[in-house]
Amino acid sequence: MEGSAIAAAPRVLAAGPGARRRRAVNRLMEAVSTLAAGLAVAVLGLVVVSVVVKAAPAISFRFITTNPQISPFGANTGGIANSIVGSLILVALATAMSVPVAVLIAIYTTEFAGGRIGALIRFALDLLNGVPTIVTGLFVFGILVLGARQSGWAGAIALAIIELPIVARSAQEVLALVPSSLREAGLALGLRRWRIVLRIVLPTALGGLITGSVLGVARVAGETAPLLFTTSTFSNLGLTTSPSQALPNIPITIFGLSESAAPSDHAQAWAASLVLILFVLLLSVVARALHERSRRRIRE
Amino acid sequence: MSSTERPLRPEPSRPAAIRELPRPAVGHSVELRDLNAYYGQRHAIKGIDITFAPNEVTAIIGPSGSGKSTVVRCINRMHEEVPGARVEGSVLLDGEDVYDPRVDVTQVRRLIGMVFQKPNPFPTMSIFDNVASGLKLAGTRGAELRERVDRSLRAVGLWDEVSDRLGAPGVSLSGGQQQRLCIARTIAVEPEVILMDEPCSALDPVATLRIEELMAELKQRYTIVIVTHNMQQAARVADTTAFMLDGQLVEHGETTKIFTTPDDERTERYVTGKFG
Repeated sequence: MEGSAIAAAPRVLAAGPGARRRRAVNRLMEAVSTLAAGLAVAVLGLVVVSVVVKAAPAISFRFITTNPQISPFGANTGGIANSIVGSLILVALATAMSVPVAVLIAIYTTEFAGGRIGALIRFALDLLNGVPTIVTGLFVFGILVLGARQSGWAGAIALAIIELPIVARSAQEVLALVPSSLREAGLALGLRRWRIVLRIVLPTALGGLITGSVLGVARVAGETAPLLFTTSTFSNLGLTTSPSQALPNIPITIFGLSESAAPSDHAQAWAASLVLILFVLLLSVVARALHERSRRRIRE
Repeated sequence: MSSTERPLRPEPSRPAAIRELPRPAVGHSVELRDLNAYYGQRHAIKGIDITFAPNEVTAIIGPSGSGKSTVVRCINRMHEEVPGARVEGSVLLDGEDVYDPRVDVTQVRRLIGMVFQKPNPFPTMSIFDNVASGLKLAGTRGAELRERVDRSLRAVGLWDEVSDRLGAPGVSLSGGQQQRLCIARTIAVEPEVILMDEPCSALDPVATLRIEELMAELKQRYTIVIVTHNMQQAARVADTTAFMLDGQLVEHGETTKIFTTPDDERTERYVTGKFG
């Protein structure tokens, strides 16, 4: 639009040249990004649906409540109860070991450490997070299994090493979100640092801390590589609950069943996958719900 | 009076409530001697000498960046919590230097309380627990705890409004109520001095008025220092006023004098609105 002389030029609200092209580009970008989002959801849906379909022949109440029974042909005519129990024990032990340490690390970096040390620790945690889980498994194998034997403890420790940086980084973010005005209020009352952390900061951040822990659990629940080296050869087919022995677990069982010659075992592998997916899905949903609740709390 | 039918002009608070608090034998003075404060290399407070008289309200006024908040944060040793910050000089509470290395900093802060600009009740605690927080986390229990919480809530005029819901979350109160809750929390630990850093700037005029009236009562028990950017507020509540500029104390005197016939030309230019 040419600039014209003072009074006479009318104001034009209609679109100028190029507007139609700009509108078209805008619509194209919208369509492309919507498609991408749809693709992500579709992939998730595809995975879930195919697992459900393939697991259908084998999934049943009996499947999750009976221990494996090997028929004379080598197929499993029982269920995977011992693997489910074993996985729960491994994840519970790993979480009990990693979460308190992770929260303490987070408290140290946000409340007590200087900026440089805090950044260093965050960097170290990010590096630890990036270590391939098979390397972690090999590491624990070299330290705990070589010269001794496989055990649930070794598996749990390997999982804990993987879970630690996840929970710690998430806890750091959550603790940093607690407004410093609350810490100042505590200091101004003459309270000691530890009291402030324990009674004011942690309770305020509790929702987010739990969310981070649940996400950590969800992540390690399906880890296979570390368990491959540490708790993959099971001595018996019955229920094992002692971590000093190798504990049967879902990921290794899926692996074993999928390698078997019997097609019924393959269906069981899918069914076991379904159980694992449902477990992780459930944890993620719980984590989201807790996250929403804690966000509402802090915003007040 | 229920909280739904609060009159536009609040009723005067009950003077009797403040007298229920234990009466100190003598008031407490705070003296700053050659106080200097630094944020890293930045020299924020440059050699301040001032005495805050016992049982008086002293207002510190000045433009943004003059160092008003930094000065009060030096009094209760909150300034040193900032990484890289340091203080030189002395702050004498009744003649004792709070910066003496033998002094326990948490004890200093128990004797010199602080109310902040934005009300900051602890969100995970109830009204009762908020007021009790300074006491509980220092060991007070049971009946004595309840009594001190009651007295503090009465002293700030909150008792009538919240006595039926002491278990409700502290953050469920209105802004003005939250600030009075924070004041109750501060006086529950029975300090000698109360520092207020722009306590009303986040509040509406009605809530502000209530807190100003509260200050008039609180000074019977405590020595009060209030930082404010609102000169009318200083004129209303303060016995003496100090004017700060660029980290230095320009003038300190009786409030009416500062606002009508100040000695220093810079003070006059500030209070007449020529700058700042």
